[in-house]
Amino acid sequence: MADDNSVGAPLPQDGSARQLPSGSDRGDEKSSGFWSDLFAPVAGFGVSFSTMFRKVATEEYPEKPRPTAPRYHGRHQLNRHPDGLEKCVGCELCAWACPADAILVEGADNDDSPDGAGRFSPGERYGRVYQINYLRCIFCGYCIEACPTRALTMTNFYELADNDRGKLIFTKDQLLAPLQEGMLQPPFPMAEGMNEKDYYRGKVSGPTDGQREYVDARDARIDEEMSQ
Amino acid sequence: MGLEEKLPSGFLLSTVEAAAGWVRKASMWPATFGLACCAIEMMAVGTPDYDIARFGMERFSATPRQADLMIVAGRVSQKMAPVLRQVYDQMPDPKWVIAMGVCASSGGMFNNYAIVQGVDHVVPVDIYLPGCPPRPQMLLNAIIELHKQIQTTPLGVNREAAARAAEEAALRETPTHQMKGLLA
Repeated sequence: MADDNSVGAPLPQDGSARQLPSGSDRGDEKSSGFWSDLFAPVAGFGVSFSTMFRKVATEEYPEKPRPTAPRYHGRHQLNRHPDGLEKCVGCELCAWACPADAILVEGADNDDSPDGAGRFSPGERYGRVYQINYLRCIFCGYCIEACPTRALTMTNFYELADNDRGKLIFTKDQLLAPLQEGMLQPPFPMAEGMNEKDYYRGKVSGPTDGQREYVDARDARIDEEMSQ
Repeated sequence: MGLEEKLPSGFLLSTVEAAAGWVRKASMWPATFGLACCAIEMMAVGTPDYDIARFGMERFSATPRQADLMIVAGRVSQKMAPVLRQVYDQMPDPKWVIAMGVCASSGGMFNNYAIVQGVDHVVPVDIYLPGCPPRPQMLLNAIIELHKQIQTTPLGVNREAAARAAEEAALRETPTHQMKGLLA
């Protein structure tokens, strides 16, 4: 911006005029030159004019938003294991850690019996009800720190404004990560020969054939019941 | 509100509705109601970095008499509530309210006797904006959402019909005291 300075505030031509006026010669300040005097009243417009050729600093938000910081604290997400089972075990530690009391969790037991409600997570229990009230949440991330299974993480999504208080309480179906390619929709049993610990050790990389067969049979049974 | 409310329904009103909506949303003057840290982000939206003037909000009004939109930015204490209501009452119709940040929207983490648990206890709120504080882009997003809402606002008889429909829908809803979880 050094060259802007010469336009905006014309420096005196005479170097001696830079000296501080002493008490005696305060009245007889020298003129700083013909051209400076001529353009002094309009020198300010030079700043405005030169600004027209500068790069615009404004972020064109809705069209071209700048990316957030990589670890921005945005909307939450409930993650899944590679085969589609949920990571949340319904321990409520996130709800306990929350300083704004914005999280509600109700756990329930996984049930592998043929007539049971089914298995949603590898562990003993899963989060049956999971709600986050975004009108209380302060995005501090204590829930993420508290989560023992890395089930709850935060995304970079922040466009959450809405016109209804009820709509800003996000339920489990809104918070759950969508099924990735190859994942199956719970409930279904754990991979054969694997237990809960194997899931956390990363030994499960995707659904097995046994799990696929179970889910296909389950869906066929549900379709049959719906058609009756 | 004015003459446009008394127009007959039909082709004329639908055209006037669209025109009035466009005019109202394109030139809205916000009244500052900055109460806490959210006000800093609200001021940031006025800077060239985010430039609220792109949305026809050139000037943050220091007087409610010349404002259309109240952005309640920050937690409202019980003592501030009557002041808030008075500022709202002094604004000319049509007027809108954005509850910026979790404290203004619901009390946020200050669930105590000193803080109003949401400004919708005091004034009608059009847009709730979560965040603590919301980043400037989130406020711009809320303003864009409000613009959409204003653009589609019906007038006259259509407005009355819409209000009736909304009331009937609200009566059919589950009452708050019967709701489970965080909705309770």
